[in-house]
Amino acid sequence: MSTTGSVTRSTAANHDEELIPRYSFGERVNHWVGALSYTFALITGLAFWSPYLYWLAAIVGGGPTARFVHPWFGLIFTVSLCWTFVEWHRDMEIDESDRAWAKAMPYYIQNEDDKLPPVGRFNFGQKLFFWGIFYGVILLLLTGVALWYTEALPWSWRYVRYVAILVHSSVALITIGLFLIHVYMSTILEEGSFGSMVHGYVTRAWAWTFHRTWYYQVSGKTRPKQ
Amino acid sequence: MSQAATELIRISGHAGMVPGAGLNREFQVCKLVDTTTCIGCKACEVACLEWNGYTFTETTFDNTYQTMPETAWNYWNLIKFNEHEREDGSMMLLMRKDQCMHCEDPGCLAACPAEAAIVQYANGIVDFQEANCIGCGYCMTGCPFNIPKFSPTARKVFKCTLCNDRVSVGLEPACIKACPTGCLHFGTKNEMKELAQTRADQLRDVSGFADAGVYDPAGVGGTHVIYVLHDAKNPELYGGLPKDPHIPYSVRLWKGPLKWLGNLAMVGGLLGLALHYMRFGPKKEEPIPPDDRRPV
Repeated sequence: MSTTGSVTRSTAANHDEELIPRYSFGERVNHWVGALSYTFALITGLAFWSPYLYWLAAIVGGGPTARFVHPWFGLIFTVSLCWTFVEWHRDMEIDESDRAWAKAMPYYIQNEDDKLPPVGRFNFGQKLFFWGIFYGVILLLLTGVALWYTEALPWSWRYVRYVAILVHSSVALITIGLFLIHVYMSTILEEGSFGSMVHGYVTRAWAWTFHRTWYYQVSGKTRPKQ
Repeated sequence: MSQAATELIRISGHAGMVPGAGLNREFQVCKLVDTTTCIGCKACEVACLEWNGYTFTETTFDNTYQTMPETAWNYWNLIKFNEHEREDGSMMLLMRKDQCMHCEDPGCLAACPAEAAIVQYANGIVDFQEANCIGCGYCMTGCPFNIPKFSPTARKVFKCTLCNDRVSVGLEPACIKACPTGCLHFGTKNEMKELAQTRADQLRDVSGFADAGVYDPAGVGGTHVIYVLHDAKNPELYGGLPKDPHIPYSVRLWKGPLKWLGNLAMVGGLLGLALHYMRFGPKKEEPIPPDDRRPV
């Protein structure tokens, strides 16, 4: 552990650079199970989406394999999301404080974070992302089963196929939008976020800057679960 | 076209017209099924099995003459029977040979995501290339006639080929070859349309079927299998032949506007994120004011 940059910082005298645990080992493992399964479902799904992206199927071993594994990646992601829900749904509840933050969202987009009301463990954007993926996956799962075993649907049920194919691709597009924003913000936009999902720690300054209410909670007597 | 190489249009030092220069070849093939002269003998079903190398397997009996409820991945040709009671109380046994219609605008091909798993030949035959099929079943969603069928063992989809292998060497499809009553015909699309119309006129004018007509649905751009029906106003009577078949609207929407909207959104989203980073840059943590320094 002492070889990683952030942990080395914890030994520094600087108060701001001291480390606070943010994500438990379980949360981090689950996050990466979800991230990988979503990415593979995305790659194989995009292969079926457009002829110009059909080459993506080669990544998992070709078209028939892509068709075979795509639903399984979806199922793994669903299981991972269920566990995320159990862990985080309390932290993800949208409350009064989110209303003020939602109004001030333009400041967030323009990186004027000092003009934002203080937020808890997760901000309103993260909550929207979570619930967007949550309800999206419910729809993807329902329509996905109909597409997985499309041959089991009798001809009189063909309208289920028609609805499923349209809803599955539309909802997938919405989750892709959420996914792109999520990846962008947590890797290159907000410095310190990506590391926190790897080693589990953030600096005091990071917590104070981006999640002040949570910072007050965890820097006082209350500690986050480990 | 390979045939074009055998056709001369100019000849040097030749007196007079070039023989065959104005020749107009018709490539579009068509199968005509005259339901009014079908006797339901199922010779076409057997011929189809034999030519395509499938063996007959156990099936479902549903108290009719019909071999099975619908075509199967290894049973591409099925006579559909309907004991129809007419308005005057008399009974008619309607029989229609069900198989791939070889649409001019094929829904299976429009829905298919796998490169070259479905092709349409210049003669109008729509053919599945199982080597390229990934077994997703989208063709089953795209088809308005319930034709493509999934094989759970091969994990691929199969259907009638209009005996492309026979037609390409100048033979008629196996079902046509086997038909004992001559209710099945094979030729160019124009010839078959003409023959079908002649028969329909005959049924109307001579046999008293006022609603007799030809089934060549425009919703799918016409088909390369056409029917003569006693009652063209009610094609559903003939084993559920759709009145106005077309590619499902949801498939059209999905493969049309949604695809372009989605592609635009994905590319635009990526560009937008890149521009956001260039304009606003990374979010950096700020120093904590002394008041907010809390002991752990």
